[in-house]
Amino acid sequence: MDYFLSDEQKMIVDIARKIAQEKIVPVRKELDEKEEFPHEIIKEIARADLFALFVPEEYGGLGGRIFDVCLAVEELSKGCLGVATSYAASGLGFLPIIISGSEEQKKKYLSDLASGKKLAAFGLTEPDAGSDASAIRTSAVLDGDEYVLNGTKQWISNGGEADIYTIFAMTDKTKGARGASTFIVEKGTPGFSFGKKEEKLGIRASVTRELIFENCRIPRENLISREGMGFIIAMRTLDKARPAVGAQAVGVAQAALDESIKFAKTRHQFGVSISSFQSIQHMLADMATQIEAARALVYAAAKMIDSGAKEISAASSMAKLFASDVAMKVTIDAVQIFGGYGYMREYPVEKMMRDAKITQIYEGTNQIQRNIIASHLLKSA
Amino acid sequence: MRQILSQFGTDCDSGAAPRTMENWYEHREMIEINIVVCIKQVPGTTEIKIDPQTNTLIREGIESIINPFDTYAVEEAVRIKERIAQQSKEGFSGPESKVIAITMGPPQAENILREAISVGVDIGVLLSDRALAGADTLATSFTLAKAIRKLEREFGKISLILCGRQTLDGDTGQVGPELAQQLNLPCLGYVIEVMEIDNKYFKLKRLMEDRYEVFRVPLPAVISVSKGINEPRVPSLRGAMRAKSAPITVWRVSDLDVKSEEVGLSGSATQVIKVFSPHIERQSEIFTGDVDTQVEKLTQKLQSLGVV
Ligand SMILES: Cc1cc2nc3c(=O)[nH]c(=O)nc-3n(C[C@H](O)[C@H](O)[C@H](O)COP(=O)(O)OP(=O)(O)OC[C@H]3O[C@@H](n4cnc5c(N)ncnc54)[C@H](O)[C@@H]3O)c2cc1C
Ligand SMILES: Cc1cc2nc3c(=O)[nH]c(=O)nc-3n(C[C@H](O)[C@H](O)[C@H](O)COP(=O)(O)OP(=O)(O)OC[C@H]3O[C@@H](n4cnc5c(N)ncnc54)[C@H](O)[C@@H]3O)c2cc1C
Repeated sequence: MDYFLSDEQKMIVDIARKIAQEKIVPVRKELDEKEEFPHEIIKEIARADLFALFVPEEYGGLGGRIFDVCLAVEELSKGCLGVATSYAASGLGFLPIIISGSEEQKKKYLSDLASGKKLAAFGLTEPDAGSDASAIRTSAVLDGDEYVLNGTKQWISNGGEADIYTIFAMTDKTKGARGASTFIVEKGTPGFSFGKKEEKLGIRASVTRELIFENCRIPRENLISREGMGFIIAMRTLDKARPAVGAQAVGVAQAALDESIKFAKTRHQFGVSISSFQSIQHMLADMATQIEAARALVYAAAKMIDSGAKEISAASSMAKLFASDVAMKVTIDAVQIFGGYGYMREYPVEKMMRDAKITQIYEGTNQIQRNIIASHLLKSA
Repeated sequence: MRQILSQFGTDCDSGAAPRTMENWYEHREMIEINIVVCIKQVPGTTEIKIDPQTNTLIREGIESIINPFDTYAVEEAVRIKERIAQQSKEGFSGPESKVIAITMGPPQAENILREAISVGVDIGVLLSDRALAGADTLATSFTLAKAIRKLEREFGKISLILCGRQTLDGDTGQVGPELAQQLNLPCLGYVIEVMEIDNKYFKLKRLMEDRYEVFRVPLPAVISVSKGINEPRVPSLRGAMRAKSAPITVWRVSDLDVKSEEVGLSGSATQVIKVFSPHIERQSEIFTGDVDTQVEKLTQKLQSLGVV
């Protein structure tokens, strides 16, 4: 399908594809098996200016358009979803600063983030606060000119690798969700340490770690926006970021389909290639159709966000929900088309299936996406 | 592995002593090195088809690419520039070192210059003229040398000239050394590592068949690089945008200080008259029977041929 990309958008696709093919595909199996963070590839992505896509031009970036980000994420995800997660999670970490940061905060942090010199991470989830983000317990207490942070964040992508963390903490427990605030915490701040690195089913090239705050003192000016705005900032950030999870899903699904087509044409049983069986053909046709529908939805949501539209929650949730369900189905079908070969780690599709699962879980599970969409439907009806 | 530290050329002694912590300050001068990297457009296939009438390459229908070995030269040139910027940051600022890519070829060779710009080259220069066609390595290096002299007049002193090891099509590996000869410069081939960078000399490691050799080469110099020297980067987005609109300087024979009989086919000492693949007679024999019999027959055959 032709989405009439501009010359600049075609360049984004070309460059991200080159990185995926030349730098990621040759090492993705090893990264997965060793659960190794892809430092070299992240450097390559940075040098290629892809981190700059997250950031507006006036802060050293290349525009800050979600659609451009989605194009890059989709191509990187065709190579490895673990690598794409590390890239996208850094963008998720910067977004609160881009969306609600002060001029000084933007000037201070965004150029290093745009150049990829520093990675970022987004710290919301806690052991007892997953889908229910308002249940976070990490606290921030103002003491003179400093906030003192205490608490633990769980499953933070890029934890330990990132230099800049946007952290959600309660400044006023009595106010519930309205008592949450967002802070910028730099790696190396005394009282800020990292817990264990998680062992995961998929996206094993990405790191997921615990963040531990023990009387961690940060300057008062590291508060983003005002006290009490934390929950709103988190929701605004996730609304903008979710199409990129959709783009991850589209990328991994497309890669699984491409592998399936190649395999179906070369694998022979009963004296013919398995691609001559109608049941295989129909699976391929369904996979392709679903992927194209998911892509169209992701692109539409991204463009709507870039247009400056106000009501983006439902569109953004639909893009993430639909594309991630498609990715799970398509990658499972890919393994099926490969048969026993699909189950073997020697072939790439079992990894794609393991990786795809995360897109239904992080940045809000698909149940939560349905809640968001439904609440929008019922509210506006 | 044997390591040799050897002096190269005669004016080397006047070069700076190796930088140590003690004498670092004395050597903290601004490094300004303009680099020329020579690149060639080649057919993107190893199955080269030759026109039997003219004995020239058939280019129609074959995608042209930058000679793969030259991508390492381009990457190294850009890395040297980046290293210089890094070294200079430690105190001094001044004019930036420039990387100039130059190619002699048909008008479409402009594309490989843009590709070079997308990965960090500053300026692209295309030598293109009907009169340049049919050049052998002598005429090619002669023309490149003249163009490099002109570059010096326009952009300032050129301290380093980088070439690929050889090309995918002509495959002679002669242009680099011949260029050094034409310019009367030292030449080092098969460079695998740029160890030290200074205004007056480079310390280079080269890869020979059975050993490494380390040289201190006075500048200016011509070097050709081996494949393992680096891993070429993917273009950056800003680079790709710049490459799209960057002006490409095109020089014709009349722009260079040359006579038309000195270049192209007329300036060539050699001419490729015929290129062909040797005809290889293949004999095949298929063994039948069950596996044991086939193995038995194969073993006998191989023994009778003296292979095993
Ligand atoms: C690999 C990985 C990386 C992550 N990276 C980050 C990160 O960088 N930053 C960050 O802040 N977080 C991150 N997370 C956390 C992630 O966002 C949460 O795991 C996710 O939001 C779900 O929370 P939970 O795991 O606590 O599940 P729970 O909230 O405990 O949910 C359990 C189940 O109950 C369902 N459920 C819960 N509430 C409802 C409801 N109201 N209606 C219907 N069903 C419901 C859920 O859909 C799910 O099926 C990451 C998680 C993983 C696994
Ligand atoms: C099949 C075949 C065989 C040939 N055999 C001979 C021969 O035996 N003797 C002979 O004199 N000529 C020969 N030629 C002609 C030769 O290809 C041309 O002279 C060509 O311009 C340069 O030689 P090369 O391709 O061998 O380059 P090489 O010497 O292999 O190239 C080394 C490096 O020099 C630089 N360089 C080479 N050409 C250019 C260019 N046009 N522009 C910028 N930089 C360049 C590049 O950095 C390259 O990596 C042959 C050509 C063909 C097609």
